[in-house]
Amino acid sequence: MTTDLGGPVPLPAGQAGQGRLAGEPVLSIRDLSVVYRTVTGDVRAVDKVSLDLTAGEIVGLVGESGSGKSTLAYGATRLLRAPAVITGGSVHYQGRRMDTPIDVLQLTSHQLAGLRWQEIAIVFQSAMNALNPVMNVHSQLTDVIRAHLRLPRGEATEKAAGLLDMVGIPRARLRSYPHELSGGMRQRIMIAMALATDPEVVIMDEPTTALDVVVQREILGQILELKERLGFAVLFITHDLSLLLELADRIAVMYAGQLMEIGTATEIHHEPAHPYTKRLLRSFPALHGPRKELAGIPGTPPDLHSPPPGCPFLPRCTEGTDACSHIDVRLARVTSSADPEHMTACPFVLPDRPEAATSGSGSPVSVRPSTEELTS
Amino acid sequence: MSSQTALESAAAARGTLVLEASGLTKNFRLGRGQTVRAVRDVSISLYRGAVVALVGESGSGKSTAARLLAGQEHPSAGTIRLNDQPVEPSGRRAFRRYKSEVQLVFQDPFASLNPAHTVRYHIERPLRLHRGQLSNDEVHKEAAGLMDQVRLTPAETFLAKYPHELSGGQRQRVSFARALAANPSVLLADEPVSMLDVSIRLEMLALLDDLRQRFQLAMLYITHDIASARYFADEILVMYAGQVVERGPAEDVTQQPAHPYTQLLVSSAPDPDNLGVALRNGAGRDGRQPAAAGPPLENACQFSARCPLAVDRCRAEAPPLLQVSSSRAAACWRLDVAAPSLYTGREGGGDVTS
Repeated sequence: MTTDLGGPVPLPAGQAGQGRLAGEPVLSIRDLSVVYRTVTGDVRAVDKVSLDLTAGEIVGLVGESGSGKSTLAYGATRLLRAPAVITGGSVHYQGRRMDTPIDVLQLTSHQLAGLRWQEIAIVFQSAMNALNPVMNVHSQLTDVIRAHLRLPRGEATEKAAGLLDMVGIPRARLRSYPHELSGGMRQRIMIAMALATDPEVVIMDEPTTALDVVVQREILGQILELKERLGFAVLFITHDLSLLLELADRIAVMYAGQLMEIGTATEIHHEPAHPYTKRLLRSFPALHGPRKELAGIPGTPPDLHSPPPGCPFLPRCTEGTDACSHIDVRLARVTSSADPEHMTACPFVLPDRPEAATSGSGSPVSVRPSTEELTS
Repeated sequence: MSSQTALESAAAARGTLVLEASGLTKNFRLGRGQTVRAVRDVSISLYRGAVVALVGESGSGKSTAARLLAGQEHPSAGTIRLNDQPVEPSGRRAFRRYKSEVQLVFQDPFASLNPAHTVRYHIERPLRLHRGQLSNDEVHKEAAGLMDQVRLTPAETFLAKYPHELSGGQRQRVSFARALAANPSVLLADEPVSMLDVSIRLEMLALLDDLRQRFQLAMLYITHDIASARYFADEILVMYAGQVVERGPAEDVTQQPAHPYTQLLVSSAPDPDNLGVALRNGAGRDGRQPAAAGPPLENACQFSARCPLAVDRCRAEAPPLLQVSSSRAAACWRLDVAAPSLYTGREGGGDVTS
């Protein structure tokens, strides 16, 4: 089974050299657009999204279901299948061993096999489904190791045992089948498997959503510890903003296929700029501290078959103005912020825009459609 | 044993007692002489217009407890009383009468509605089953009224739709309307919002709260999210391994947890005001012991294997629910160490009944 995978494939620019400069992104996504082609027309799942990932940092990607966060990650790693089509943009990857970045969207499928897992690994959402129920842990781990590292059987077994040590699972569990393990253990094995080939980028798609809070916390602590030890970068996808505030270095907020805001976790927490981020922050009950007024976000995201013009959040926004239906959604720097990379797609919160002066007292759209999920 | 008669429920202030379960126990036989003790000696009282939250991790028995209360499973031991009448498990008719009083809302709105039927079918069927002889016109009118109650308007549009045409939030609203169609006095909500997006969870909880008020429902809110229980419930019962390990007013239990397990649960919740400090210190890990320790003995404290405070007594003898104040109790021998501010000075607290 392992032979037809082809094993390691030299990547186009993969010659040893001085490598990437410090602070240069390891993964750079520029204006990536993805649509789903359906019989009733295109669904605009990801629309001109740009995101950088620097070595050793955790970037959180947060959004509701259907906001395109997984599509973005899978698009950037070329894991999408028809009817999904990448319609524009570029994705560049530069590993520490490479002189120049490689264009991921131009790679042949043979070259992709060399990129995947060895350079970019993914921890999928549901560990219950991502592990093969009829193979034991040993076979699944050594399968990966032998396919990508070309190690002989004995060394692969030794490496698999080492990986279990790394995530704190007793070696005896190598013989276990997935159904014999708890949810937390399965998720740890998924993480061990992703780290088997020492990748530089690990994409984690809701890795802890199905787990209990206690186990979730243990696994997050472990991810942090491993990240600090091995130095990989993490793109952490979740719908739980409160979790990211604690875990991530930077947070990107996605809505209806577009980035609404990006900034450091501290900035997002204390100085959120976009109305959607502000509303999200007030949507989860806090366990600690004084009781505060909570408000959800009434309404539903727009239908991406025919996205409305202007800001996609407008129908649910309480700060929106008529001008919002004409704006071009585009990230711009939040000038009031101390962080030069804090960007938002809402032009009406930026003090240096002329409209902003009037937007506060100006003409908020008075008659909101009573969007009690009526839209569909 | 530890019946909580002396313990005053934080939910009791809201209204009269409707459903009272005491000493509920459920054992599942696995064969080969093995038994899973899914629920052990759990007592729950539900009051009109009040919410009791049942909080615990997956596998703690909280859903089994709900199924026992809903009459879906027969308890191995213990009694359930509805409006001060013992519940007779036998007989179709008695069961149906019970079901019209006690309704269950399931977690997954994608699985709990029949994809082959319209919303109208889902709402009208319980109306015809539980509301006696209603004419067709009355049924239609009631169904439309229920859709208004859960704010799916215009009612006629939504009644004609199929589940696949609805969003997750809308489906869960249909589940609520279906449960209300039987005109119940008790609503058991098993993780009603955990499958929904964060942005609409609060809206759904607000709707549930609104329905509780308008229909004076006695509600059991089952969740693994103790933070939502803080905002939504009057009383919180924390379950671990089939047992209630702590109970008390929602604010007290979340802000000043007494049992080491509740403390672990509370400290594991994400805390944005404490950025990453706890995560990096590995605070979530004190509860974890090497798996080699094996499961605790049958009559030991079930949490003792993970408990940082466990002593020999915990591993030999299971603590009953010990009262720590007029409305709070916790099942722990080490309350003097775990929650010194609550500990009243009695040796091992005092049994609730004594």
